[in-house]
Amino acid sequence: MQTRDAELRGSASVVECRALRKRYRERFAVDGVDLDVSRGVCFGLLGPNGAGKTTTLRMVYGVTRPTSGTVRVFGLDVARETRRVRARIGVTLQENALIEPLSAAENLRVFGRYHRIPRAQLERRIEELLDFLELRSHARLPVRALSGGFQRRLAIALSLINSPELLILDEPTTGLDPAVRLALWERIRELRAAGTTVLLTTHYMEEAERLCDELVILADGRIVARGAPADLIRELLAPQALELAVPESDEPAVLRGLDGVRRLRAGRRLVLYVPDAGGLLETLRHRGATGDPRAVVVRPANLEDVFLALTGTGLEGGA
Amino acid sequence: MSVSRYALSVWWRNAAMYRRTWKLNILPNFFEPILYLLSIGIGVGAYVSQMGGTSYVAFLAPGLVAVAAMNGASFEVTYNAFVRMNFEKTYASMLTTPIQPDDVLAGEVLWAVTRSAIYGSCFYVVVAAAGLAPLPASLWALPLIPLTGLLFAALGIAFSLRIPNIDLFSFYFTLFLTPLFLFSDVFFPLAERLPGWGLRVAEVLPLLHPVRLMRAAFRGEFAPILLWDLAYIAALSAALLVLAARVTRRRLGE
Repeated sequence: MQTRDAELRGSASVVECRALRKRYRERFAVDGVDLDVSRGVCFGLLGPNGAGKTTTLRMVYGVTRPTSGTVRVFGLDVARETRRVRARIGVTLQENALIEPLSAAENLRVFGRYHRIPRAQLERRIEELLDFLELRSHARLPVRALSGGFQRRLAIALSLINSPELLILDEPTTGLDPAVRLALWERIRELRAAGTTVLLTTHYMEEAERLCDELVILADGRIVARGAPADLIRELLAPQALELAVPESDEPAVLRGLDGVRRLRAGRRLVLYVPDAGGLLETLRHRGATGDPRAVVVRPANLEDVFLALTGTGLEGGA
Repeated sequence: MSVSRYALSVWWRNAAMYRRTWKLNILPNFFEPILYLLSIGIGVGAYVSQMGGTSYVAFLAPGLVAVAAMNGASFEVTYNAFVRMNFEKTYASMLTTPIQPDDVLAGEVLWAVTRSAIYGSCFYVVVAAAGLAPLPASLWALPLIPLTGLLFAALGIAFSLRIPNIDLFSFYFTLFLTPLFLFSDVFFPLAERLPGWGLRVAEVLPLLHPVRLMRAAFRGEFAPILLWDLAYIAALSAALLVLAARVTRRRLGE
């Protein structure tokens, strides 16, 4: 099954990074990263600000030279075959780089020129993208006058102008309102369904959970976890979470008899990760150790928990 | 250097912007020479009966065409290029496509040369219409305009790539271009006012060479020193562009 799947998707990885490092002065922004992105998947790079996500992306599309290590995209050495690789990828940068006095259609036309797309083909593609990203209603207005959501959709449309096989998105939905974000997620899913490989960075855990087939979590330039979102949650924490409002001084009373339970403290809140949060809550109620009962939350563990556990507040408790 | 056809994509991007605003932009190009010619011709010209064998206003005309070419190129590769590079992230987005740093540089320089050609030609047309550019000899000015543009595109971009702050352009304009404007044979013949050593020092001034070429074109006279002027422009432009290419690759790639 594994091999058949690989064959169907084209066996080689679309992106392959080996022992990738990038040093700026004394600091390694990326410090030994290995990545394999298979064809047709949506792959996420997660991590706090400064973890090395953007630097990794920049090395993937060949604008930043690695200090050491190799990057291959479509099996090609990015450092040597930069143009050939870039002709087949699309990149949406963190900051929109639009030509503000020009309209959406004109921006797309200029960007198509960057790829030297023949005129007739370019005009067809512009029409497709105006529809696909719902830009048509304001396609003739100067971009300057349009909303942040419109501008972001246009920025993504620009990176699709060459019908890329690999789409790289650096924080695609940061700063957008929820409706725009949902719509963009839908578009990204459609692209993936049509066979585009997607490599994105985000620090929205919900985004990663909804979009990514696989992801890595970066901290200080290193990969601290990798896998499918659901597997990461199961393997690194537990399926369920019980949140309590318990001051730190009362913690020993709560944890009595719960040796080895993974827990996370965030201010006044204590989160316990267990296979059965409801059962644990019953036990704690019997002991009268639930803290403020109005603040009790039983919920599934999510990627945010994994992320916090790995990169942020310390996760305590034995393995 | 690995300049490719993609440099034209960079040029095209700037041209697309310019097309949007050219009607507004091109008007001042015509007004500036008219203002100069009126002020100098009616004003100063009345006190200076002749200079270098012609009327003062005719003496000024070729130098001012060179200055127009200088200005046309300089604005593009200074403020405009700096904004594209540092604020609008234009170059960063170009480098996500097959465009390479050398293409960005070549495209920007090519565009600055284009702007200088537009600006300088407008100026020339006004000067010619005023009867101050003898025809057909002064048509040699037309190829000299983009050549002047190239020199100042190279100077400007080399400066822009090295400064961290947009405010530093006021130094470039006030302490570099303005003195060039005032001391490069445009307003008075240096040879008549400077001692021998001063003239030799003045040969380093970039604007002096286009002005001398332009003046010779207007007079329809060839002199051997013009070969030195051409060589100076070619050599300095080439050296600055090689330097600029190195800095561009480093700044855009890191």
